[in-house]
Parts: sequence; C-alpha cells; structure tokens
Amino acid sequence: MTLTKGKALRFVFGETVAELAETDPRIVVLDGDLGSSTGAYIFEQAHPDRFFQMGIAEQNLLGVAAGMATVGFVPFVSTFACFAVARALDSIRVLIAQPRLNVKITGGYAGLLAGMTGKTHLMFDDVAVMRALANMVVVAPADEVEARQAIRAIVDYQGPVYLRLTRQDSPIVFDDSYRFELGKSTILREGEDVTVFSTGVQTTRAYEAALLLADDGIEVHLVHVPTIKPLDEGGIVAAARRTGFVVTTEDHTIIGGLGGAVAEVLSDRYPVPVKRHGLADTFGESGPDDALLDKYGISVEKTAAAIKALVRDRGKSGGTATRVAVEAAPDTPGRPGVTDKE
Amino acid sequence: MSKQTTVAGPEVTELEDLARRARAHIVRTIAGAHGGHLGGPLSVIDLLIALYFRVLNIRPDEPDWPDRDRCVLSKGHSSIALYTTLAMRGYFPIEELGTFDAIDSRLQGHPDMTATPGIDMSSGSLGLGFSGALGIAMGARAAGKDFTTYAVLGDGECNEGIVWEAAHAAQRYALDNIVAIVDHNKLQQFGWHGDTLDHRLSPYTGSQLVDRWSAFGWKVFEMDGHDIGDVLATVARARDHVGGPVAVISHTIKGKGISFMENNYQWHARVPTAEELAQALAELGATPAGGRS
Repeated sequence: MTLTKGKALRFVFGETVAELAETDPRIVVLDGDLGSSTGAYIFEQAHPDRFFQMGIAEQNLLGVAAGMATVGFVPFVSTFACFAVARALDSIRVLIAQPRLNVKITGGYAGLLAGMTGKTHLMFDDVAVMRALANMVVVAPADEVEARQAIRAIVDYQGPVYLRLTRQDSPIVFDDSYRFELGKSTILREGEDVTVFSTGVQTTRAYEAALLLADDGIEVHLVHVPTIKPLDEGGIVAAARRTGFVVTTEDHTIIGGLGGAVAEVLSDRYPVPVKRHGLADTFGESGPDDALLDKYGISVEKTAAAIKALVRDRGKSGGTATRVAVEAAPDTPGRPGVTDKE
Repeated sequence: MSKQTTVAGPEVTELEDLARRARAHIVRTIAGAHGGHLGGPLSVIDLLIALYFRVLNIRPDEPDWPDRDRCVLSKGHSSIALYTTLAMRGYFPIEELGTFDAIDSRLQGHPDMTATPGIDMSSGSLGLGFSGALGIAMGARAAGKDFTTYAVLGDGECNEGIVWEAAHAAQRYALDNIVAIVDHNKLQQFGWHGDTLDHRLSPYTGSQLVDRWSAFGWKVFEMDGHDIGDVLATVARARDHVGGPVAVISHTIKGKGISFMENNYQWHARVPTAEELAQALAELGATPAGGRS
C-alpha cells in the first residue's frame, strides 16, 4: 500500500502565497534569481508589482526583506535552502532573528533531493542551524495539504519563520480534515512497539515504512512534528511515554535536527532511549532521487529496515539508526560517513 | 517632483556648538564605560547632528511615527555618536549616556532597534544596516510613502560585499528615496600598512570611492563632513535628486576635534586615560562633569 501522489511543496508555496496575497496586501515575495525553480514564479505571475527580483545576492536579499518588514510588509524570501541558511546567515541572524522581524524565509530544495545538484546545493543541516537561532520558528511540512495550512499559519504568526520546502513531488498523508497548528505535533498512526517521530516529507516515507513494519508485526506509534521550533514538548513526552522507546527519522543530518531536538526534550523531561535515523554526518552528492534515498538510508525500505533493527536491538546501547541504515547497504559504493566511531 | 529640503531648526553656528558638546559627551562616555569606539564617532558626529537637527523629518516624542524619515547608522560601531545625538535631540535623557554598554542598558555596543528609541534598524555587522535601509526604501516605495531613508556607512565598511549587492539593487530599482552617506575618514580599524607598519593606508584612496559608487549607477556628491553648512547643502541636494540613488562621500578626519586622536588609527577603539580625557575636554572647552559647556 502506498500513499497517493501529491504536489511538490515548492509549487504549493507559490500558489498559496499568491492566493493569500489576494486578500492580504502586506505579502510580498523577494526572489534570489531562482523563482523559476522555487515556485516563486507563480507569485510573480499573479502579483508582478509585489514580486521583487533581488538577483544573485543572498545577503542583501535577506537584508532587504528585514527592511521591508519594518514598514509593515510580510516578506517571503525565496531561494534555495543552502543559500538562505548558509550564504545569508549573518543577515538572518542580525537583521531578522535578533530584532524578531516579520520575515518568512523559505528554504527551497531542502534536504537530500535537490535535483542532481550535488553537495554544494544539498542542504540537510539547515534545521540545525536555524533551530539554534533565538526567535526563529522552524516549520517543515509533510505534504501539500499541510503546506497550504502551514503557510497560512505563518502569515498569521508575527515573527521570523524558516519554512522548509522541497523540490520533488510529495505523497499525500493528510486528508482535508487535518488541521495544522503551529507548534503542535500530530499522531499519524497508533502503535505500542516503538514511537517514531518524523518531520517534513520524510514523514511520508516514515508512514509507508510503518505500514511495511506492521506486516512484520511491529506496530509503530508515528508522530509527525511539522514545527521543529518551538517543539511540542508535551506531545513529544506523551508519545514517548506511550511505548518507552523512541526513534526519530528525518531528511536531515542526525546532528541538531528533529532528532537532536527530541533528544534534548526527552533527556530533560522523560529519559528513554532515543535513536536518531536520518542522514549521516556527511555531505551529499549528485544522483537520481531513488538512488540517493537508498544510498543515504532514508528510502521507505531503508527507513523500515532501520526501525526494525533498532526495535530488535532495543535495550542494547550504542549506535544510531543511521549507522544501521548505512551498514544495511554494504554494496553501495562511496559509503557515506558513519555517525559514530567504534 | 520636488521634495522637502531641510526642516526648521538651529542655525549652522548653533549646530557647530551642538557638535562640539556632542564630542565632549562622546569622550566622557567612552572613558566612563571603559570601552567603545572614538575615532569613528568623532568623524561622523557633525553629520549626525546636522541630520537629526535639520534634515530628518522626525518626532522625537513619537519615535515610531510611520511617516518619519529613516536613518540607519550602518557603521554601527559608531553607536555612541548616534546615542549622543538622539539624547541631545530629546529621544531619551542625556544622563542615560552614562549607562552605555552597561548591563541592562538600552544603549548597546551596537545599535539595537529593539532596545533604543529612535533606532530604525539594528546594525553592527558591517554592510547589513545598509541592506536593511535599502529594504526600508523599497518598502516605502511599495507602500506609497514619500519619506527618505538615509544610510550612514563607513569607508572601511565598503569592503563588505553586501554593500555592493545592495548598491546594485538600488540602481536596478532606480530608487531615489535613499541616500547613502559614506563617512570617508580614510582609516579603518587596522587596515593595510604603508611604508612602515605604523603607517596605515586609507581603505580607498583618491577618487576610488567616488568611482566605485558611480560605477554602480549612483549619482555621487562629495562634501566636507566637518563643514556643517556644506553638509546641509549637499545632503539637501542628495535628497532632492530624482531618478536614482545618491551617494554622498563625506570627507572627514578620524578622531576629529581632539588633536592627539586625529588621523591616528590607534584611537579607533581606545579608552582615554584620565590625563587624555582632561586634555580632550579642554580642547573641546568642556568640563569633566559634563554640565552646560
């Protein structure tokens, strides 16, 4: 059983912001010369007078957004996650996060699947960086249903937000009855064997992995965490309490992303074993999506295998799910870095 | 389209006296705080006094008035010059300067728009304030507001790439509601050395700054940044220019007004001794206590 196909979040972004701008004159979009890729072109077509091309100059792109926010606009900045977060971090930190200005930063092409671009463009440490900034809200929707609502919610929210967007089509996990709430997690599936927290589009793969695991007799309690900051601490603790054993999975390195955030909260409030599954402490490479997902261990099958191995070894110390996933693919050339040395 | 030029306020001689008193506040404050910058604040203070007392359309009793002119001190390390000007202009009591850089103070080492009344944009990491100022100007145009945004940059600050990213964008949008003023005091914190290690070179020499801003499509004016009459006239011309952005290269002297600090890079951020403070205040005709002088 697989999920039905859905749109890429980048197009949902362009469509939704254009739609919201019909009734909200505060909304503008600033582009770093990638609008044809990021979906921002949809906004330009609808509102050409409120679309600002800032060229290939990301530091200034973010700085200008800050200035526009001070005169009452709600600027959406659109570029790739790598350029927003890495290239323009100083502008974000000093001009947006510190003064807590109302800028919405969209990091397009985030994660492992950035369309044959390779390690320069693959940004899967963005959540760790943005989460570390005081005042910053970090949101990673799973599918088009949630992304539409999340974009609406972050317009209503007064303050800086980093919205993680992805390039490839995302399967749909939510039906129309779903209600996104900023700062809240949501239970996608109930189970008693292991609590799995996931975020972003990896939730769609985690969901399908949970179905595979059910066939193997492992019942996953799957919780989607679209807002990584502020984290739904109550929801995290309650879900951990349900099974007493936690695995996190994400299209991000296992350093400082959802896994780090969950481990921080649970170590403080409900210490239980937490295993982090995601991308290893490495940079990526070019390749087709399926090959990348497989090699780097976050495909549906690899995710299921990692969770299964961790449940099997429950109670044993050491290791992370990422190491399990990497070792489960011994035939892959160019083995990515492992997450811990033994 | 003709825009408003100077606002009503003190005459040039009075502004000169305000600037002299401001210099005394600056050196007293830095000495009292045992830290902060001096060379840059002393080079830019005449400009700030002229802007805040005669150029900017502002309401000190309503710092967030939406239609006010904006001024962003992008060379944020000269914050004490801005704080002194704001205090003298009535944004907060002059006594508050004594809290500069102290814990819980509204007067942070670099301008913080969330802390201090009258700060239009945080700054301090060089180049960023200018970029934010450009955003204010673009927002003003998009919102149909006719206020002017002034950005005050350092010459060393023009090393930063973001300055030229912003300069390019301003020209692309033909913004004529932004004025960049470069405090060209010919020294940066350390900079490149000349014939000897003690001889530090100007970050830009000759007409280099004029040439660079011109090459980026900006109309460029030059002025003597210590001649307040020239400042008022030149800034008014810059504001009234239509069709594109204007940069004003303000020729100044780092450490201006205190003989032993002038043109000496070592006074970029040095704290004066008691003797040096006394001499500085004597040169300014001021008293150590900071009373009416």
